[in-house]
Amino acid sequence: MSTERYAILKKIIAVYLPEDVAVDRITDSSHFIDELNINSANLVDIVLDVEDAFDITLENEDMDQMQTVSDALGIIDRKISSK
Amino acid sequence: MEALPYAPPFLFVDALEHIDDNGAKGSYTFLKDADFYKGHFKEHPVTPGVLLTECCAQIGLVSLGIYLLQRQQTGLKDLLLGMSSAEMEFLATVHPGERVTVISEKQYFRFQKLKCKVNMYNEEGTMVCKGTLAGMIKTTADGQ
Repeated sequence: MSTERYAILKKIIAVYLPEDVAVDRITDSSHFIDELNINSANLVDIVLDVEDAFDITLENEDMDQMQTVSDALGIIDRKISSK
Repeated sequence: MEALPYAPPFLFVDALEHIDDNGAKGSYTFLKDADFYKGHFKEHPVTPGVLLTECCAQIGLVSLGIYLLQRQQTGLKDLLLGMSSAEMEFLATVHPGERVTVISEKQYFRFQKLKCKVNMYNEEGTMVCKGTLAGMIKTTADGQ
């Protein structure tokens, strides 16, 4: 896992965390909706920010698979390596 | 119009004048004798901002969203809607019986989330309110 990519992703996620979830709750195994309390609308915003930050494009299937932070990192790695 | 999931007293669309991939335009006349004017405000009826926002959402966001969904797939079974954010500025008052026109411009529609810029004008063409609305729109028919 690239720590640089992880740091960028964490920064993006932090913007959309509800006020009652502290930033240090973000770990690579965190579930976006169940653990970080991020709603589906904000999850879309995270994906759009991720696309901009890494210059990649996610498809509907990627969105469906993106349940946890490490899922997101896996998708980012895959997209970047297939560029 | 028939695909809109609203009914009086919470339907705030009279007509859709234009709709395409990038936006929608429609109008609504706030009923002179609508119940809420009795209390907003006492002896000084003005259309509540939340209803201006709702009108913007029904014309600018939901109508457009349904149109875009219909272009993507067949059928609108089990339509699910949820407004996710509304950021509005109110610039002029709308009195009972006034007709307003809403024009929306799509910012994006991705992963079932539609985000639009909306502007509302009164009959004189003065801007009444403007803002950005977003919501999730999807059908459950395909298991999503």
